Amino acid sequence: MAVPPGGENRVKDLLGLESLTPAQIEHILDVARPMKSLFTRSIKKVPALRGKTVALLFFEASTRTRSSFELAAKRLSADTLSFASSTSSVTKGESLLDTAKTYEAMKVDFMVIRHAASGAPELVAQAVKARVINAGDGSHEHPTQGLLDIYTILEKKKRIDGLKVVIVGDILHSRVARSNLWGLTKLGAHVTVCGPSTLIPAGLSEVFGPKVSVSTRLDEALEGADVINVLRLQRERQQGDYFPTVREYTELFGLNTDRLRKAKPDCLVLHPGPMNRGVEISSEVADGPRSMILEQVTNGIAVRMAVLYVFANPEGLPATPPDGKQAAKAVTALKALE
Amino acid sequence: MTKPNSPETLLIRGGRLIDPENRRDGEFDLLVAEGKVARVGKALTAPAGAQVIDAKGLIVAPGLVDIHVHLREPGNEGAETIESGTRAAAAGGVTSVVAMPNTQPPIDSVSGVRFLLRRAAETATVRVWPTGAITVGRSGEKLAEIGAMAEAGAVAVTDDGNAVPDTQLLRRALDYAKMFDLTVIEHAEDKSLMGEGVMNEGPLATRLGHKGIPRQSESIAIARDIALAELTGAHLHVTHISTRESVELIRAAKRRGVRVTSDATPHHFTLTEDAILRYGTNAKMNPPLRTEADRKAIINGLADGTIDAIASDHAPHTRASKEQEFSAAPFGIIGLETILPLTVTQLIEPGHLSWPDAIRRLCSGPAKVLSLPVGELSEGQPADVVVIDPAEERTVSGFSSKSQNSPFLGWTLRGFPQLVLVEGRVVLRREALRAAPAR
Ligand SMILES: [Zn+2]
Ligand SMILES: [Zn+2]
Repeated sequence: MAVPPGGENRVKDLLGLESLTPAQIEHILDVARPMKSLFTRSIKKVPALRGKTVALLFFEASTRTRSSFELAAKRLSADTLSFASSTSSVTKGESLLDTAKTYEAMKVDFMVIRHAASGAPELVAQAVKARVINAGDGSHEHPTQGLLDIYTILEKKKRIDGLKVVIVGDILHSRVARSNLWGLTKLGAHVTVCGPSTLIPAGLSEVFGPKVSVSTRLDEALEGADVINVLRLQRERQQGDYFPTVREYTELFGLNTDRLRKAKPDCLVLHPGPMNRGVEISSEVADGPRSMILEQVTNGIAVRMAVLYVFANPEGLPATPPDGKQAAKAVTALKALE
Repeated sequence: MTKPNSPETLLIRGGRLIDPENRRDGEFDLLVAEGKVARVGKALTAPAGAQVIDAKGLIVAPGLVDIHVHLREPGNEGAETIESGTRAAAAGGVTSVVAMPNTQPPIDSVSGVRFLLRRAAETATVRVWPTGAITVGRSGEKLAEIGAMAEAGAVAVTDDGNAVPDTQLLRRALDYAKMFDLTVIEHAEDKSLMGEGVMNEGPLATRLGHKGIPRQSESIAIARDIALAELTGAHLHVTHISTRESVELIRAAKRRGVRVTSDATPHHFTLTEDAILRYGTNAKMNPPLRTEADRKAIINGLADGTIDAIASDHAPHTRASKEQEFSAAPFGIIGLETILPLTVTQLIEPGHLSWPDAIRRLCSGPAKVLSLPVGELSEGQPADVVVIDPAEERTVSGFSSKSQNSPFLGWTLRGFPQLVLVEGRVVLRREALRAAPAR
């Protein structure tokens, strides 16, 4: 993790949840709460990031995540600059670092980076002074997705500690799974990952320890679950011979109403979207009462506002963050500024 | 050669001379005249006009023979040339480099071999031994003109960078190369199992979200290759082995009498995959850095002779190509200038290998793998010599190579060359080693 010079303990960039402490994660979630309360007001904008510029550098297409970050930045009164690789000089062979340095020269304060290569945001973070927020890198991490998933669970369940969470699908290629695994286990949840054994990465239990277990049988994994996080199935995985057919995948790992009954009656269903209805999740479940899928979208904006707000601090994310009440107070003060 | 300085008459006096092939390890004087080893003995007198070099406290050994080097010429002269690569070799104490044929175009024909020899004659500081590709274009489909290339001067054949994927074709290559007494060098790797992997498969790759290369992608290929060496009776040399299983397979095959030899690199006996966390793409190599158990197995293999040679797999890449996303950056690091001090600090000083055993792995061991007439200090032989200060400590701060892609920048190492001779010509002389007054 890149740290600013002279501040070994301060976190300059949000590259993943692996390197954050439980207190730092809780701090961001604490700030997200009052951010969300701003949504209910008729004017949803506060001046917290006025004069700051957030560059959205999306080297891989993702309308949802980009829109969510853009809205979060705008609600904090930041200026935004958008970059998408299909319309850019990347196609002309400009390197990632050249692009980042170009934006650095425009004196942007934040670079929100989505990239198909694991570690790309870290490479940029080491080369620029701007704060880098990872918006999803390869099969590595997607920290704001992890945070918004945890925020959504916390809002409904009031706790993370002791919960049983099942993550089902392609764990091998999923950055969402990795950020969830780090965040949830740091806050005390037990996580079962479930999917075809070809899509479970090597050495998973060595990485995450005893709080994570692996299952290849969804019916067993769901027993007593408080939360099910269903991952999107990338259809091109079928070409990699990770499983024989999509039909068989759905048969074995698709979440439907029948299967949902194995979980606790108040079990929440999450999905990072966009969904393949009828593949990894049935429409009944996706549109059913347990589904948090639209709530996740709303919470995503609050969480990303919180991330931008916290990292806009000259010190970055503090090593020992203030407690939740102080965080709330800071945002109340912001509202008064309006 | 770039510096057309004529061979000098030199008396290297009072050093610890280590020449395993001639069973020498002790205080001997070495007289070099007319480019040859004129005499090795005690208390030699300097002929008139000879330069006398006081080597007290220093090690005098045959020049190093590095049998796995990428010189990048032709085709990628921005990363390295024969001129710059052999200058780096001289700076590292290496007097013979075996050039891999994966250039652009690849060296897969007589004209390629001739080109390399001609450019070496014009620009090289040390000896360059060409190799030819096993298959046309290194594409693994059709045998290259192995016999003609041997005739032109190729000392081995290899598709390095790739294994020969087709088992039948590799059998033919081994059978065919045997006719010319050529060693077949295999970069052992099952490509389909390697897939798009970029580092060792395991917990660290899972954490970093990188695609893994399972260790079996190497050991499966080695098991197959050994079976074919057994079938054909040809000489198989497996280069840059990286796993415990590979060492075990080769050890067992040698015990059965199969004609198989192997080499390992300094990075595989020095680093583990954890180096990626600190050095990023400068720790990205193929085969990848593995685990501590593998590193130890490589050291044991070097100590017991299962691994015949230390080779650098010197793989220069420009800064721009290494300053990319990990998955996009090329594999490989430079190694000619650190092969000696890494051997000293990682193998000799901790007591894994004695000085004579280490010199054997760096000089005569690799020379024997390819039957090269170098790597020893016999009287009458061309004088390829390195004088090493085993105590000189230096922080690695830059290289003679055109490329600087090394994880060892900033490392403090010991055991650097002070004087290097190729056929009696001085190609490196450090300030510390001035000529002593003739007596
Ligand atoms: Zn190779
Ligand atoms: Zn190589």
